[in-house]
Amino acid sequence: MNALKAKHQRLVLIVIALVALVGAGLLAAWALRNQANYFYLPAQMVADPPEVGQPVRLGGMVEEGSLKTLADGVTVSFSVTDKDAAKVPVRFTGILPDLFVEGSGVVAEGKMGPDGVFIADNLLAKHDENYVPRELQEMSQHQQAAVVEETY
Amino acid sequence: MIAELGLAALWLAAALAALQLIAGFAAVRNPAGELASLVRPAAVVQGVLCAFAFVMLLWLFMITDLSVKLVAMNSHSMKPMVFKLAGAWGNHEGSMLLWITVMAMAGGLIAWVERRLPEKTMMATLGAQAFVGLGFYAFLLLSSNPFERLPQPAVEGLGLNPLLQDIGLAFHPPTLYFGYVGLSVAFSFAVGALLTRQVTPDFARAMRPWVLGAWVFLTIGITAGSYWAYYELGWGGWWFWDPVENASLMPWLAATALLHSASVLAARDALRAWTIMLGVVAFSMSMVGTFLVRSGILTSVHAFAVDPERGSFILALLTIYIGGALVLFALRAGSVAEGERFATTSREGALVFNNVMLCAILGVVLMGTLYPLVTEAFDVRVSVGPPYFNPVGAIFTFPMLAIMAVGPLLRWRRDKLERVRLPLAIVAAATVAVLALVLVLGGAGILPLLGLAFAIGLAIASFLPLRGRNLRRVPLAVWGMVIAHFGVAVALYGMASETAFTKERLAAVQVGGSTDVGPWTVSLAGVEPVAGPNWTAIEARLLASYEGGEPIPLGPQARTFWAPIQETTESVLATRWNGQLYAVIGNQAEDGRWQLRLWWKPWVTLIWYGGLLVALGGVLALVGRLAEDLKRRHVRARVAERRREAKA
Repeated sequence: MNALKAKHQRLVLIVIALVALVGAGLLAAWALRNQANYFYLPAQMVADPPEVGQPVRLGGMVEEGSLKTLADGVTVSFSVTDKDAAKVPVRFTGILPDLFVEGSGVVAEGKMGPDGVFIADNLLAKHDENYVPRELQEMSQHQQAAVVEETY
Repeated sequence: MIAELGLAALWLAAALAALQLIAGFAAVRNPAGELASLVRPAAVVQGVLCAFAFVMLLWLFMITDLSVKLVAMNSHSMKPMVFKLAGAWGNHEGSMLLWITVMAMAGGLIAWVERRLPEKTMMATLGAQAFVGLGFYAFLLLSSNPFERLPQPAVEGLGLNPLLQDIGLAFHPPTLYFGYVGLSVAFSFAVGALLTRQVTPDFARAMRPWVLGAWVFLTIGITAGSYWAYYELGWGGWWFWDPVENASLMPWLAATALLHSASVLAARDALRAWTIMLGVVAFSMSMVGTFLVRSGILTSVHAFAVDPERGSFILALLTIYIGGALVLFALRAGSVAEGERFATTSREGALVFNNVMLCAILGVVLMGTLYPLVTEAFDVRVSVGPPYFNPVGAIFTFPMLAIMAVGPLLRWRRDKLERVRLPLAIVAAATVAVLALVLVLGGAGILPLLGLAFAIGLAIASFLPLRGRNLRRVPLAVWGMVIAHFGVAVALYGMASETAFTKERLAAVQVGGSTDVGPWTVSLAGVEPVAGPNWTAIEARLLASYEGGEPIPLGPQARTFWAPIQETTESVLATRWNGQLYAVIGNQAEDGRWQLRLWWKPWVTLIWYGGLLVALGGVLALVGRLAEDLKRRHVRARVAERRREAKA
């Protein structure tokens, strides 16, 4: 075994490195399928809700008049809607992002609670004119298109 | 006039790069030809011209010349001077000019001082450097000219993103660029060595300072970037697995692997093809990073140039360089003779293992970063975060940390584990003891638990290579290794401790009221409006006392900038030797209470002190190696002189 190893050391090294890297790749691929965090629009979430506790992201508009602060002063509840008027209630405990207002776009990261309320761990709002979460940017284009369709 | 001077210098530099490329490869074929004498001067003058162009850009920003488009788009006459200057590279065009300036100056430096390698290899290396450079000149001059004038001067500039108006961030991008560019030099050396089949220990010694330098800059850049994200974003986290963070981490992982394999090649003449391959991979990762950041195909706060044309340009460059290098590697790697052999249990063996682990981690990070792009092609939107990166990365990180503790104790070539049984037993005992202690105290997840235990084990193990040696005679490079490895342990301890023991409190507090977080009591004395040079803010007056001690005043702010209009959260930190209190102010509720978010993060500062120690280790190793090189050069010169005298 030793003699064989010495003779083909380069080959053995290459094989070991390849096995390790392919193993890493397979492991990563498997983990990605399980751990990737899927993006939902409100209509999709209403039609086909994710499993309770699975981390997902929800993107849409904060419905006008739905934003309420609960009694503890740090938890808020609001609804996220989209152009199909599907609605998902959301609860968030924390400090709201700077440009979070009713009627603006938001991406909520979190999971579905057992009571059908989406529990957000983090809210991504439009930061400024230059930085908009990508999903929001595309969504507002969709919505603009929808508005144009409706008007004509 | 200033802008035109800068542009002219840039075009001249590009022309010199073309000359360097042609002359360089002509010189590889015919080293005695006349063209060979042009290569080194072309590289040096190119460096000077680029530096000149960059100084011109700085000047334009200094005087806020609003007839230049870049200045009008990114600066403002009211900005503090340091941010005016930083604005020169806080945008796409300026940062690309900075990139090419650093690259040309590095090329000039190797042309000027590097004399160890066979002249033919040097010519091929400088030719490759010019080839890489030309792509960036084309990019800069054809699609992102920093000196472009406006048809009519603007009345006032648009300002710089307030998130970027921060002293740490002003120096964060250049630091990373120095790192990326250092890896481009390593890449050129690898291509040069491959072209002339001169993959020798001398090649590794010539390349090593550049890899070490690049690695130090990347380490500092990542550490600083992490600290910036920590206090500026106000989210209390220090690493978000953001694509842009990954874009800086991947070249660092590759550079770490390259650094170690180059050391094996320099010391033992083994791992020849592997080192070349890592040289290609490391630079590829810099390019992938630049592509991800600059093309804006991924969601990130850094993506300030969302421009498909630029993205495809960088993608084309990436394909040409990396594809070309890989083809060259495939053609030539077989003819690079196999290096010296070694047993599995040896310093080389441990280094190979860690190299493979680093590459596996790199692969895991790369796949996680690119996966959202792949699924988007199938119209499925996903994001990949800590639930993927942390456990999958850890599977390869912990074995690597274990071998990292053992490797430096082993001898080159062949060794027996029995010889290092005692030190290994000490390290293992310490690790298990910490593991048991934390388990008994409870409350930590599996990864932070392992992290704490391995951190202590590695901290002890990192000093064991000094055992039984006369400390005064230990070479600087060994000190560098010891300190860098110790730094990894320190940073790991900080990360694990922060993850395991952080206490968080989110509360709505009346003026005059107070709240607790961990050992701290924080009371809200008042909320007042304040104003700065280009912002207004509301500031909370907090009094924080640690275990009932003397209260420390803190003033977290919610700031509104007015050029451009944007709101930011300014967190405050109270740093103690054993951790940090982190405070953020939120909105006011209808009943007049203010939202406060507080964290007590034990030992969190060790993360960045550890990062700095790693960088310090790199600096020591770099200085040590350069001093050795100089000494060797001196000895060689004297030997040559004596020979000449003897002949005469």
